[in-house]
Amino acid sequence: MRDVAIIAIGQTPVNEHWESSLRMLAADAIHAALNEVQRKQVDALYVGNAYGSTFSSQSQLGTLVADYAGLTGIEAYTIEAGDASGGAALRTGYLAVASGAVETALVVGVEKSTDTVGSHRVQARNISLDADYEAIHGATLPALAALLMRRYMHENNLDLSAFEGFSINAHANGKRNANAMFRNTLRQGTFLKAPMVADPVSLFDSAPDGDGAAAVILTSAERAADLVPQPVRITGSAVATDTLTLHDREDPLYLNAVNLSTQKAMLQAGISIKDIDLFELHDAFTILTTLILEAAGFAERGEGWRFAQESTIGLNGSLPISTFGGLKSRGNPAGATGVYQAVEACLQLRNQAGENQVPDAQTALIQNLGGLGSTVVTHVLQI
Amino acid sequence: MRDRQEQDAIKQEQFAFAGTGEVYSFTTVQEHPADFAEQAPYRLALIKLDEGVMVTAQLTDFDREDPIQIGDRVEMVTRKLMTEGPQGVIVYGYKFRKILAQS
Repeated sequence: MRDVAIIAIGQTPVNEHWESSLRMLAADAIHAALNEVQRKQVDALYVGNAYGSTFSSQSQLGTLVADYAGLTGIEAYTIEAGDASGGAALRTGYLAVASGAVETALVVGVEKSTDTVGSHRVQARNISLDADYEAIHGATLPALAALLMRRYMHENNLDLSAFEGFSINAHANGKRNANAMFRNTLRQGTFLKAPMVADPVSLFDSAPDGDGAAAVILTSAERAADLVPQPVRITGSAVATDTLTLHDREDPLYLNAVNLSTQKAMLQAGISIKDIDLFELHDAFTILTTLILEAAGFAERGEGWRFAQESTIGLNGSLPISTFGGLKSRGNPAGATGVYQAVEACLQLRNQAGENQVPDAQTALIQNLGGLGSTVVTHVLQI
Repeated sequence: MRDRQEQDAIKQEQFAFAGTGEVYSFTTVQEHPADFAEQAPYRLALIKLDEGVMVTAQLTDFDREDPIQIGDRVEMVTRKLMTEGPQGVIVYGYKFRKILAQS
């Protein structure tokens, strides 16, 4: 296996892009990445997308996107793993280049969520749940997160205010990110008054669906050094799975696949928790942030919520998270999220994060979840 | 219930649960899928059955103000889950209701 590096990145703002279609968004991110390295051609395209079939009535995105982006003829197909699709597409690109089968791979994550609205969007998103045992009962991803959150609050004797700091931090960082969907400051106390989506998960607890596309170009680390001044090395790459449903887990409050995937990626990179300068985690819900911090090994069981303060997770904290706003403020473009995380980590490691810069960032952990930890994709990026 | 073919494939056998258990966690779903519009808002729960396994299901047969707590005893009942598509085919399945204290 060869070492692999990211040589270029591109992204569109996450927003309601009513003027752009799925293919246009993908092409915008792809051209931004190709322009960064003055390239016109790559050898393969891997598209991360979760809900094209239900949001956009469109499958076969590999071909659609390759053609529209002017890359007709190359190897191209979609990688789907629910909301972890973007991370899984990055993993596929990594494997293709590492194996030597592909010289230069383009990975794009794209989602067009907002053409579908209200209860129809909820329905369309539900294809990633267990159809026979969850969705048929009216479950939704926020409702399942709510079941975890209420149980966690019950077992640890907490109220809602314990989680508020995660959303405040995400918005403080997203405010400075021109590509973020909600750039408003979340004032202390607002979180507690937000309307409920599925109690105790509220509007200010859960990440908003957005349209967007992000892209990265991968090649062998050896070639990368000749092509760009600051290649970002992928030193760890791992995927792990848990049960699809929460109810089949022995302990629903422990995200086993987060633990497995994080350990595998860190072992490959030869690093430990203390080496990580920033963590782009899957903060779709504050309870998810809490449980990820615990299962990944940053916090003890029942203590993850204690990270919800600026001195810990802010840009100058001991473990900066959601440094460009995370899913909560940058927005959650579903199948594109994992590639946004890679793009944002690259900006940090190249020291190009502007007002969002984490000082002296050398090692970033990025982690993308499908469901509530059903599929977990983790990468270690280093400069 | 898994179907017969699936059972054979993974060598499982059919097991009948007593249908009683307790509430492990619960929520009220406000933002609902389109298929559940006529029921919303509704209560969804994780139920820990007395045999030890858990299921996801709705809570039913309660007034909106009825309090519910983690640990409440519940029993399984057969109810309409949803109406499917424009033909209006009714899908039945399991829900759970609180077991009232014996007076």
